[in-house]
Amino acid sequence: MGLTRDATGAGAVDGGLALRRESDADRVIALAGNPNVGKSTVFNGLTGLNQHTGNWPGKTVASAQGRCGTYLVVDLPGTYSLLAHSAEEEVARDFLCFGGADATVVVCDATCLERSLNLALQVRELTGRVVVCVNLMDEAGRKGVRVDLDALSRGLGVPVVGTVARKKRELQKLVRAVDGVLAAPAAPPLRIRYPGAVEEALAVLEPVAAEKAAGRLPARWLALRLLDEDGGLRAAAEDYLGGELRTDENWNAAIARARAILRERGISSDRLKDLIVSSLVLAAEELANDCVRCEHTGYSDADRAIDRVLTGKWVGYPVMLALLAFLFWLTIVGANFLSDLLAVPLFRVQALLTALFTALHAPDWLHGVLVLGAYRVLAWVVSVMLPPMAIFFPLFTLLEDAGYLPRVAYNLDRPFQKCAACGKQALTMAMGFGCNAAGVVGCRIIDSPRERLLAILTNSMVPCNGRFPTLLTLLTVFFVTGAQGPLASLQAALLLTGVIVLGVGMTFAATRLLSATVLKGAPSSFTLELPPYRRPQLGRVLIRSVLDRTIFVLGRAAAVAAPAGALLWLAANVEIGGMSLLAHGATVLDPFARLLGLDGVILMAFLFGFPANEIVLPIIVMAYTAQGTLASLGGMAELHGLLLANGWTAVTALCTVFFCLLHWPCSTTLLTIRKETGSWGWTALACVLPAAFGMALCSLTACAARLIGLL
Amino acid sequence: MSKTICLNELRPGQRATVRALRATGSMRRRLLDIGLVEDTEVECLGRSPAGDPSAFFIRGAVIAIRAADGADILLAEEAWD
Repeated sequence: MGLTRDATGAGAVDGGLALRRESDADRVIALAGNPNVGKSTVFNGLTGLNQHTGNWPGKTVASAQGRCGTYLVVDLPGTYSLLAHSAEEEVARDFLCFGGADATVVVCDATCLERSLNLALQVRELTGRVVVCVNLMDEAGRKGVRVDLDALSRGLGVPVVGTVARKKRELQKLVRAVDGVLAAPAAPPLRIRYPGAVEEALAVLEPVAAEKAAGRLPARWLALRLLDEDGGLRAAAEDYLGGELRTDENWNAAIARARAILRERGISSDRLKDLIVSSLVLAAEELANDCVRCEHTGYSDADRAIDRVLTGKWVGYPVMLALLAFLFWLTIVGANFLSDLLAVPLFRVQALLTALFTALHAPDWLHGVLVLGAYRVLAWVVSVMLPPMAIFFPLFTLLEDAGYLPRVAYNLDRPFQKCAACGKQALTMAMGFGCNAAGVVGCRIIDSPRERLLAILTNSMVPCNGRFPTLLTLLTVFFVTGAQGPLASLQAALLLTGVIVLGVGMTFAATRLLSATVLKGAPSSFTLELPPYRRPQLGRVLIRSVLDRTIFVLGRAAAVAAPAGALLWLAANVEIGGMSLLAHGATVLDPFARLLGLDGVILMAFLFGFPANEIVLPIIVMAYTAQGTLASLGGMAELHGLLLANGWTAVTALCTVFFCLLHWPCSTTLLTIRKETGSWGWTALACVLPAAFGMALCSLTACAARLIGLL
Repeated sequence: MSKTICLNELRPGQRATVRALRATGSMRRRLLDIGLVEDTEVECLGRSPAGDPSAFFIRGAVIAIRAADGADILLAEEAWD
């Protein structure tokens, strides 16, 4: 389903993992699963919520909660294991162990069951109140994979439900299975067989652990974890069980004996960890062999063929650019049509409103503030800004659903590696296209803290959905010359692609600069899962995403654009010393703005646009028209005329495009950065860095233009 | 005993089984998590356009691993096509 309204803007900010129970009778159901097994889709299906879904691992970085009847469903971050190697795994493990989940649903991927089972087995070692949900059954069927759910249920000792969560089918069966598990006594925890020496050590430790755990945690699990010297877990377990283990004599004697057994057999602490993981992997393999039948094994030929096109040596990069340009082209063609459709009635309404105000003998200032200010900016946002946003966003979502984004990360990992960064930054960059705040939160998929900061600090260098109608409009008005119809749209699409490539280039440059200065370090190790391609849910994505975007933009237009328009009209018409406030502001900013190839009004519009970038262009237009040059504004030709009349040249337009691409992030993004980094210092850098790049680029452009006499 | 090679030396289209991991710390854990234990079969599916990382088919999933990290994954016996 892609980025949804709930997952962008302020909604991107994580709510944390505090349980929001409505009453004490609420039962908590935890959803656990590997990344990218459709966990969020199951969550949405159960709760009717609209969590961001997409075909790439790691997109659920924040945990979400929702209600399903009397159940409070908690969507845990996707993890491969509960052995807590990363922050997400620790969150998931601690929640399952100590968070008080009444039952756990482990979501597995039917197309890749063996790997999902690794986690399912670990959860089963921990608790008996488990329902295993084998998702993506339809996809598995198409691939010739048959899963014997009864055999799996026997092997795991808990109910197993096959689902096609994308179609919301059979989710009711899942809920009934959860009802059943909660009503019945809990199944005993599963016993995985470990190699002889480990079992001997466990035999010593288990009785003492049972005494300590007193039924609150499975003894064997606790013994195994503590044998493994997991310091973080020991502290958490002591907290939970309410007693110091380290000072307990029985316990210390038992653990010393258990460790002596391991030492005698030459099993070091590292070797023990390996043995534990290998035993789990092998147990999963064995179980999968018992209940999965494949007609053919290996990577599908169809996926191989697609890979050759999307990640091929010679075609990988060109195809990436061509796809981007194609999306832009579709957006431009669609947006032109929609803009024309919307502009005429919207500005007719303005004329009607004016007539109404005149008939009512309303004072001029009221008409000014409400009609020429608030309404006109609103109409502008709706007619010019909304169409490209409402078209590009769903198209991009389709690519995301199909599984293309991880391939982009795969293609771009090498260049990022050269900047001592991580290919997953490409994923967060792609999220930034939708919304920079969402992109910043998405940076959690990057494990290394240094690399995550690099991605956060540079995220706003790709233009978000709110910025590129501005880019698109300016490029179309000033640089699409001589061409008509489809050819003109193609030209605009190519120009926009060029601007995006510039943004990506600047991202590389800034990343490189940061990793050579404040964020020094070598690239860390990296694994990236490339999920199978899926056919996107065309109809649903388009309808949902278009509606979502439209509501989102309209909401912001009403909340931000209309008041800004009213304020701006006042600023343009309240005079002090024979000059409007706006003119004063513009005059103050003008000398500096000229250095950047802009003018005072443009720079002021970017300052006013801090809460929402989509109002920058409307503010510029408003500021020019408020000085009384134009009564109404419809098509692109009039816009061109207005800007030319206010001293714009191609160089001004180019500098405005550059500055739109590279300036301070919007307020929501900055707040998100503050939240994610926990530091005002990094937030300030995230604000200054793109602005510095933008100012440098603009002033260089302006200088060059002056040198060759264009300005 | 036949020759040992590393994962990054596996050419696209070749398969081999894992003998040992030289990686340590969090990378070792991650590799074990994706199922790279002894005797696991891996297939090199291809390389990214810039030559690195490469994609591998491991226990039913496709995982991209960089050459630098692949050098710490030792494969047993000769690779086969």
